[in-house]
Amino acid sequence: MTDGATVARVDADPEEVEGAQRLAAGARDRVRFEEDALALSDQVYRVARHLANSREEAEDLVQETYARAFRSWRSFQPGTNLRAWLLRILTNLNIDRGRRRQRAPQTQALEANDYFLYDRLAENGDGISDEEKVVERLSQDDIVSALSAVPHDFRDVIVLVDIGDFSYQDAAQILDIPIGTVMSRLHRGRRILKRELAETATEEGV
Amino acid sequence: MRDPCAHCEEMMQPYLDRILTEEEMVEAEAHLDECESCRRRYRFEESLRVYVRQAVNEQMRPELKEKLAALRIPLE
Repeated sequence: MTDGATVARVDADPEEVEGAQRLAAGARDRVRFEEDALALSDQVYRVARHLANSREEAEDLVQETYARAFRSWRSFQPGTNLRAWLLRILTNLNIDRGRRRQRAPQTQALEANDYFLYDRLAENGDGISDEEKVVERLSQDDIVSALSAVPHDFRDVIVLVDIGDFSYQDAAQILDIPIGTVMSRLHRGRRILKRELAETATEEGV
Repeated sequence: MRDPCAHCEEMMQPYLDRILTEEEMVEAEAHLDECESCRRRYRFEESLRVYVRQAVNEQMRPELKEKLAALRIPLE
């Protein structure tokens, strides 16, 4: 479909041929870009699902992300991380949606000890000694709802690093914040997540 | 002398993030080898991370996939 330029007739105007070749090369690059981007859509969706508060919101976000990505594909530098580039669009769109107003970052004191959730779950564990089994006292729904209770600033870094598998450096670039901020939010966010889980466990009598 | 378990706790998240230096890692592992209580807690934190990662495995609906493909810019 883009081969028109390569079958240029011998007597064609050289400038015209060059222009057509350039067009064909551009179209080929764009098709490749679009295919590469679509191949990452499951991963983009997974991150969106946890940044957004509902499935509908996540689907809208992903569609907006791809619409914007396809429009501005020229600003992507080939050879750099396409997944990070897409997720940067996604997180920016999510911020644009005004979600910053939703909740101020938590200032209340968190448990000083990092093991409180384990201690909480193990104490009612009837002598369960396998740590994996202790974790399984929580349901998958507990995790999903605890994660959505974590304020956005903290949730973003947890989703990118702990779920999306991004390095601190990538997360800093995607969210456009310093790497030190990624680390401190991650630290605090994980504790907030654990506190939410500990509360759920208490409510459910787990 | 600092409390080795408290120090071990400080090391835990960086350990699981694999950002400790070789030396710090050796130090943390030496303590984990001899302290069962820290070892249990580390194992719990590790499985919690895996669990969190798995909890969020909701698949995208096929309809959305089709919508995304339809957003591609047609060739002229």
